[in-house]
Amino acid sequence: MTMFQLEFMQRALIAGLLTGLSAPAIGTYLVQRRLSLMGDGIGHIAITGVALGLLTGSAPVLTAIIVSIAGATAIELVRARGKATGDVALALLFYGGIAGGVLLIGLAGQGAATLNTYLFGSLTTVSQSDLYVVVGLAVAVLIVAIGLGPQLFAVCQDEEFARTTGLRVQLLNLVIAVMAAVTVTVAMRTVGLLLVSALMVVPVATAQQITRSFRSTFITACVIGVAACLAGIVTSYNADVAPGATIVVLALAGFVVAATVGTLLRRRAGRARPLADEEPEIGVPAPEPHVVSAGHPHAHNQECGHKKVEHGDHVDYVHDGHLHAAHGDHWDEH
Amino acid sequence: MTVEPAEPAKAVQVADLSVDLGGRLVLRGIDLQIRQGEVVAVLGTNGSGKSTLIKTVVGLLPAARGEVRLFGTPVPRFRDWRRVGYVPQRITAAGGVPATVYEVVSSGLLSKRRLFTPLGAAGKQAIEEALEVVDMADRRKDAVAELSGGQQQRVLIARALVSGPELLILDEPTAGVDLASQQIFADAIRERVARGTTVVMVSHDLGPMDALIDRSVVMRRGRIVYDGPPHASQTHAHVHHSHTTDDEPGWLPS
Repeated sequence: MTMFQLEFMQRALIAGLLTGLSAPAIGTYLVQRRLSLMGDGIGHIAITGVALGLLTGSAPVLTAIIVSIAGATAIELVRARGKATGDVALALLFYGGIAGGVLLIGLAGQGAATLNTYLFGSLTTVSQSDLYVVVGLAVAVLIVAIGLGPQLFAVCQDEEFARTTGLRVQLLNLVIAVMAAVTVTVAMRTVGLLLVSALMVVPVATAQQITRSFRSTFITACVIGVAACLAGIVTSYNADVAPGATIVVLALAGFVVAATVGTLLRRRAGRARPLADEEPEIGVPAPEPHVVSAGHPHAHNQECGHKKVEHGDHVDYVHDGHLHAAHGDHWDEH
Repeated sequence: MTVEPAEPAKAVQVADLSVDLGGRLVLRGIDLQIRQGEVVAVLGTNGSGKSTLIKTVVGLLPAARGEVRLFGTPVPRFRDWRRVGYVPQRITAAGGVPATVYEVVSSGLLSKRRLFTPLGAAGKQAIEEALEVVDMADRRKDAVAELSGGQQQRVLIARALVSGPELLILDEPTAGVDLASQQIFADAIRERVARGTTVVMVSHDLGPMDALIDRSVVMRRGRIVYDGPPHASQTHAHVHHSHTTDDEPGWLPS
């Protein structure tokens, strides 16, 4: 009997496939907005949600969703309001999440082993009902991430401009935060809460080593995410280690390969492209159209008595309040 | 008795506007009316409040007192954003993920797009035209981060032009831009002006755009100190203080 015939492995692989798609999909927007670590923060907060589920005897997946959506909303509101204090508020929220989780797990009388399956993922614990929730949520995340793509892209690219196109920027930011929270819960069973952020960020970082457009980064990141998840789960089964760790290590290995290949490709492209099509850099004005001084009576030289002015690579002569410069057989106004 | 045709609503109406940034009054009692089709330069030194004025006009900053109307509608209730094109003051057009010139320009069409619908043929056509106008059509597949500062600014202009706005608002469009790009810019704006677009631009130095301006507004310490025809002394924001004389038109008592 191969591992693909085992029911729990089938469930784990389906969950892995959907995690591999949805985490990089939302991760692309987070990276573009330079909020790469938001997933990490939500993952910490979700620990409290899981613990709450274990303590009250309800499904940890559901309590995790509720608590992480609440946490993500709080993060977004803090971000939208404050500036300097937002950073500290986020840190407080993260630590509160992880400490609260450990505390509640202790109260529930569950040991570190139970918590570990949520922190680093576990192949055997994906139940049939978990799977339904995961499939539903992942599909919802993908529909929003792809369907609202142009709007979310604009908000993440340039928030001020997005507002002047009449987009509901605050609402869309909240959508991104909630999607990130949902993705954390989706990924919880395969990569685990502590490493879920890696699956949001690493495939995107890998993809952009070789891509130029947002769309291709998005698609490549999803492909990398799926490959890392499926390969990680299979490896995890064979080596009997936590799937979260193998998935992330594989994804990072992919990053190293892509970074090397990307550097080589860019170096080659740089050599192939001639310098001729490069524009003058900022601050270096293009040559101005030159004005020939009409009927200039005499040649300026060292002794003509007109004041000399150094002007870049040549000398100008002050002549009745304007500048003359030698150009072949005539004089230019400078 | 003939009925006079109703005068079209002013493109921008600013009445008694004061803006507060972190407890500091950056704008104090600004009154400004811009008719449709006018090309207005807002000049002034750093910290004079010109960027704040522009940002309040497009609704990015709230008014502490007074109000701003766009085409007759107060900004908080204004929904017709497709009539407005905004070019923010930016050093770069790039975000955390690569994006192509084409992708950035296409986000200018969002005021016209419905949710969950792909870009139509008309939209694609508009993007091509906007890219042509700023002379970036051959760079459409390049990542914006790889472009020079001037080229990135041209992309931002194309993004504002792509929706065919009636009012174009530019914040320091020529800052740090090479002369070749400034010239392309000026040509793009000239073409829009010929079609009746209202233009409001903030600048330190107008460069090749100078010839397009038909009115200049000079700001100083949050107030408008000059509002009238442009002349050489304003184009470089060399504003003299204590100009309360009545003999020169445009100077306002400060």
